[in-house]
Amino acid sequence: MFESLGELVERAEKDGISLGELGLRLEAEGGLRTRDEVERGLTRALAVMRGAVERGLPGDLRSVSGLVGGDAARLTRPVGPLAGTVFTEVLAAALAVQEVNAAMGVIVAAPTAGGAGVLPGVLLGIAKLRPVPDAVLVRALATAGLIGAVVAHRASLSGAEGGCQAETGAAAGMAAGAGVEMLGGSPTVAAHAVALTMQGTLGLVCDPLGGLVEVPCVYRNATGGAIALAGIEMALAGIRFPIPVDEVIDTMGEIGRTMDVRYRETAGGGLAATPTGRKLAKERLVQLRRKGE
Amino acid sequence: MISLLDIIGPVMVGPSSSHTAGACRIGLFARGLVGGQPESAEVELHGSFARTGTGHGTDRAIAGGLLGFFPDDERLRDSLELAEAAGLRLKFSNTKLRGEHHPNTTRITLRREEHQAVVTGASLGAGRIMINEIDGFAVEVNGALPTLVFVAQDVPGIVSAVTTALARQGENIATIKVSRRQKGGAAIHIYELDQSPSPETLGVIRALPAVSHLRALPRIA
Repeated sequence: MFESLGELVERAEKDGISLGELGLRLEAEGGLRTRDEVERGLTRALAVMRGAVERGLPGDLRSVSGLVGGDAARLTRPVGPLAGTVFTEVLAAALAVQEVNAAMGVIVAAPTAGGAGVLPGVLLGIAKLRPVPDAVLVRALATAGLIGAVVAHRASLSGAEGGCQAETGAAAGMAAGAGVEMLGGSPTVAAHAVALTMQGTLGLVCDPLGGLVEVPCVYRNATGGAIALAGIEMALAGIRFPIPVDEVIDTMGEIGRTMDVRYRETAGGGLAATPTGRKLAKERLVQLRRKGE
Repeated sequence: MISLLDIIGPVMVGPSSSHTAGACRIGLFARGLVGGQPESAEVELHGSFARTGTGHGTDRAIAGGLLGFFPDDERLRDSLELAEAAGLRLKFSNTKLRGEHHPNTTRITLRREEHQAVVTGASLGAGRIMINEIDGFAVEVNGALPTLVFVAQDVPGIVSAVTTALARQGENIATIKVSRRQKGGAAIHIYELDQSPSPETLGVIRALPAVSHLRALPRIA
């Protein structure tokens, strides 16, 4: 059902509907859940996403290990060249959700908890300066779900299988397609946004310090959101990526399958294996163990 | 079949959908196999579950599932303490399972009164799971629907008797899977249903002479 994004785009264009609407119709036809159930689920997801952004922005949370927290709050007072734009809103919201996640708060895995900040970051960050009705946001979540389902089918959504390209990378692709449709772009443009975004996250490793979903995960959700914004902006400007989106997704899967196990969530390589990464992990894990005693 | 809500979801307690939410669901499935709260459970962690499980709260998530908590239940944070208070004895160990296994796999051996089960399950990412083995039988089931599990002697007519019992109550079957270790040996039957089976249906199936170990598992996703 969700096997080829290329075919789904063709079908949506032929029927004159968005990818999100197509996803809702296909799922209702499939019979696992009614349309009403899915829409209610997505509406709840939107509410939880909003709640997580709000919970994370004040900056009073610390992660279980104490390694992360309070950085989303810094971006509520941005001073760089992009202050006051959608860009900093997206970064702040993505950080906020991911800081809540690291503190064992309630979030929506979209598609995973490790990449949970990207989609709400992009959609709610854009909506903050360009408000849209909730119904449009719910439909955009359906778009993101459809894209993620194709990625799950063709590649993977697990950092342990495919590295961070399968988590924040997939989330960025989903957010880019959803963002385009939320802003009124066609399914074809949405698919190019997915391809333009995911080409930029290919090969991204999963290298969390101490195996905890904290560093670099929190920051990688923000940069994932930034790459999704780049994909959205390019696709809406009419840029077309030459490699079809399904082949980009397949490439992500292929890279993931051949990626060394050190870069797949095992904390054996990448930033986790740096001298400072090892030192911080050791200190924090010792503290965690003491706490548990 | 995958749902949009499998991707945009689950709503869950952090920090990891595979190490926390998926692990919780494997625990929930295992709980269903013994029909309620186990008295003891041995949890073996394989692959990435073994290497980074503690930092991700995998132990807490599986314990929470065994206690009947769902992935969005904030009590998951304190499940190890709650398990102790509830009289659930837990033993965790790291292992290397033989054969091909997903990196996030756990094998749980659990007991409740006279019921016991050994279940191996993998967390596939995004909170989705696949149960790969139950009591030594290879299976493929994910708990997304109410599920009937039982063992039957390899004699003709079992499937027809069970489907008749379900049909009599108007209960619709989504999938049927039967697997056996060898010809003529016992087989495990797994029926995924559109709704939970009625006590009448379960009574009829339980009364079939060739059937044993009947369990009705609630939907966990």
